[in-house]
Amino acid sequence: MSVTKSTKPVGIEVSLAIAEAVKLAEAEVVAAYPITPQTHIVEHLSDLVANGELSAEYVPVESEQSALSACLGSSAAGARTFTATSSQGLMLMAEMVFIAPVLRLPIVMAVANRAISAPINIWNDHSDIMSIRDCGWIQFFAENGQEATDMTIISFRLAEDKNVMLPVILNLDGFTLSHFIEPILFPPQDKVRKYLPPYQTAHKLDITKPISMGLLGAPEVFTEIKKATDNALVASKKYVSKAFDEFGKIFGRQYKLVETYKTDDAETIIVTMGSISETATVAVDEMREAGEKVGLVHLRLWRPFPVDELRAAVRGAKHLAVVDRHFTPGFPEGPVATEIRALMYHEADRPKMSNFILGLGGRDVPRNHFKYIVEQVKGLGASGRQGHYEMVGVLE
Amino acid sequence: MKNKVKITMEATTKVGDLPFGFTAQPGTTREFKTGDWRSARPVLDREKCIYCGFCYIYCPDGVYKDMGPKEKYYQADLDFCKGCGVCANECPKKCIQMVVEEV
Repeated sequence: MSVTKSTKPVGIEVSLAIAEAVKLAEAEVVAAYPITPQTHIVEHLSDLVANGELSAEYVPVESEQSALSACLGSSAAGARTFTATSSQGLMLMAEMVFIAPVLRLPIVMAVANRAISAPINIWNDHSDIMSIRDCGWIQFFAENGQEATDMTIISFRLAEDKNVMLPVILNLDGFTLSHFIEPILFPPQDKVRKYLPPYQTAHKLDITKPISMGLLGAPEVFTEIKKATDNALVASKKYVSKAFDEFGKIFGRQYKLVETYKTDDAETIIVTMGSISETATVAVDEMREAGEKVGLVHLRLWRPFPVDELRAAVRGAKHLAVVDRHFTPGFPEGPVATEIRALMYHEADRPKMSNFILGLGGRDVPRNHFKYIVEQVKGLGASGRQGHYEMVGVLE
Repeated sequence: MKNKVKITMEATTKVGDLPFGFTAQPGTTREFKTGDWRSARPVLDREKCIYCGFCYIYCPDGVYKDMGPKEKYYQADLDFCKGCGVCANECPKKCIQMVVEEV
């Protein structure tokens, strides 16, 4: 029996669960090239297509650059399209990534986040996705396997919303999420169909009504096209909430753009993205038991950035400890910290900010990293302000 | 406060007026006159021209039109000629001169 028919949680590797979610979403085209740690997602999709469980065209391309090129074509032809990649694959694909949002093609891509070379490293951090941060796609970070499964279905629904029509990247931490076996409750197929009806659009290549896509944008229109794309991305935020709410209503699991945990009276708030948020949650519980007024803010939506939601989530805190899984060589802060500091700059009552870089290239992030961070922040005192990132645990 | 500095506008289309996903209808390249990119234009000396058709064949933009066996020459459509000079270079009789466009 197919795992997706089970009414109880099924123990399954998260990569396979994502592939099963793509099957539930009834994707019509999958074009992908295998790369660690994304491989199991597309390998399983290829199985599902081969054994007839998923009626889709599986295009085994010769590179990631070709993978997304094929996806651009199939999405332009009006097909529900999925791909997945990681690290060096995303680098090779980068040239194509920036095209999809401008052309308003609602492709869904899972990125199993992994470090980029050099040195060669197959393990998890966020340097791949941060290197193409400004690609214009809607971007999520999944925290656990259930969320990655649900978000796959939500991503299609959101991308194809007539008011959105933008591609979506679903980030999941390589290995620490992609390769873990977790209990997953699969949404029933009939309810998925109700939530995600077949993709129908007038914005496609149609021989009876021919159009050209992918045009030259000379200086007299380029700026306006870029503004139009950003307007669409910023405006998509309310439809993200809508897609979350409707998913919550049908399936009983409610997601938010920004998750808060024990932040109400928190003096120090840790800000995280991705699977380390679960570790941080446990660390917060332990610190709370020890009497520390500490809370956690976890960004689920990274683009469009949930500006108001983030500001509301951290209001009242004395200190923000922002965690980055990537850093910006030659700049004193990582990308997440830089953005949050910029967003807080105009706030009348703004917290002191510190930036901690950790978990690079698969280095483990245990609970005590978060306890260390809070201790460091408290040691800064009332007027203390860290002007430079601290690379947690670096041996120098 | 009213802005004193007036921005020189090069823009042709308002953000809200752009086609969704920046697409175009077929055949619209005809209306996209690229001739103003040119810094030099081809000028033919019809006395020397042998009507061989090299300019017509080599032109990367297909701007040359066959004027027929009576006229016996090819004419460049200056609405689209970008002035690359390939025709002048390939002409076996060297009867095409690239003349600098003056503003």
